[in-house]
Amino acid sequence: MDFQSCVNIKKEWDIVGARQLGRDIARKIGFGTVDQARIATAISELARNIYLYAGTGKICFETIEEMEQKGIMILALDNGPGIKELSLVMEDGYSTSGGLGAGLPGVKRLMDEFDIHSEEGKGTEIKVIKWLR
Amino acid sequence: MSTLKLELENYKELLQEYIRTKDEQALYQAEQFSKQSMQHNISPEEIINVHIQSLEEIYPDMPDYIQASMSFLLETMISYGLAYQEYQSLRERQLELKSEISVAANMQKTLLSTVKPELDELDIGALSVPAKQMNGDYHHFVYDGDGALGIAVADVIGKGVPAALCMSMIKYSMDSFPEMRMDPSVILGSLNRVVERNVDSSMFITMFYGMYDTKDHTFSFSSAGHEPGFYYHKDKDEFEEIDVPGLVLGVSAETTYKQKQLKVEQGDMVILLTDGVTECRQGDRFIEQEEILHVIKSYAHLPSQEIVEQVYKHFERLQDFQLRDDFTLIILRRNV
Repeated sequence: MDFQSCVNIKKEWDIVGARQLGRDIARKIGFGTVDQARIATAISELARNIYLYAGTGKICFETIEEMEQKGIMILALDNGPGIKELSLVMEDGYSTSGGLGAGLPGVKRLMDEFDIHSEEGKGTEIKVIKWLR
Repeated sequence: MSTLKLELENYKELLQEYIRTKDEQALYQAEQFSKQSMQHNISPEEIINVHIQSLEEIYPDMPDYIQASMSFLLETMISYGLAYQEYQSLRERQLELKSEISVAANMQKTLLSTVKPELDELDIGALSVPAKQMNGDYHHFVYDGDGALGIAVADVIGKGVPAALCMSMIKYSMDSFPEMRMDPSVILGSLNRVVERNVDSSMFITMFYGMYDTKDHTFSFSSAGHEPGFYYHKDKDEFEEIDVPGLVLGVSAETTYKQKQLKVEQGDMVILLTDGVTECRQGDRFIEQEEILHVIKSYAHLPSQEIVEQVYKHFERLQDFQLRDDFTLIILRRNV
């Protein structure tokens, strides 16, 4: 897939860059203030997971324009240790970072579509979409 | 979506009203609005958004810094919104679990049910009430049809689901014993081996097992670390503790149990119970043994079943209708 734009995540500061770019794209697509804030929060979570658990990775954005709907697709990629028990991290109330932070269930709630692939020792790929209503 | 828009219009009017009058009426309506919003699963950031939009409409010349500060506020609410949604889904799950547990509790009731035999020689009263949904106490009657009535009273240390699961196991091992008459000490000995083999070592079970012989009115009993029972002498109007030392079930496979025998006179009572009875509390104070016996004595003129029910009601009231532990009380009184 050819992505419009990506932000590399290496240090905590890069999370801000990813949020900024994501928010700009969301605004251009036509998302309102609340959805922009939600998209930015989802990007934060995805980027922070990369920063905390994988060390490095990237967040990519793509505008989707289909016949009937428009939306933003965000892809989070890393070559980190991967997630062993997916069902566990997708459970509410489960978080290895002490409970604060929305975690992956939070990302799922903030967005409309959520897909995750993870392989132990190889890395994690999370794809989320939010549709413009 | 359309209901949300409707609420926006509504919110704007309320806000305008409040800014104009600053009275309590509008604030009360704001409270109603927030309750309605929660019913429709509306997150706090959406309310802030509605607030911003209303302000923009009421004050088209709103200064830029107010606008910016509102956007800032909205951003800080996103995580609260998520926490609120998480709370709702956890609450739904809790309701699911609750209903599953109540199904399990009903199943347990059926599994552990025991029939109180009707005998001419004995007036029997029995009551067992769980503190939570699942009962960690257990009592069981076995009548061999030929004068021998076995009575088991047991208590798992611990409450709730694990205790209840454990009790189901005890019941089935007792059911698997041969029909023939067995001494209480032998029954406890074999149950001890079952528990030792099958139950986690952190879980303890105490049991009192008694055998009432309706032909010669003797009561033989053994105890595996269970709460002592009582014997009521009608002629002296006095209680006597009945107990045999014995280790709780499941500690060591080698444990053997002692057995004692009593002669039961006409009108006398044998009282068996669990620590949910003796450890009733009033505030922080444990109830004294004398108090329990005093209460039993005060109802002694009633049939056994009524005594156990009245005693339960008494202590239930004393504990503000909140049982802290499962409560089991059994009374056997010699009729003739």
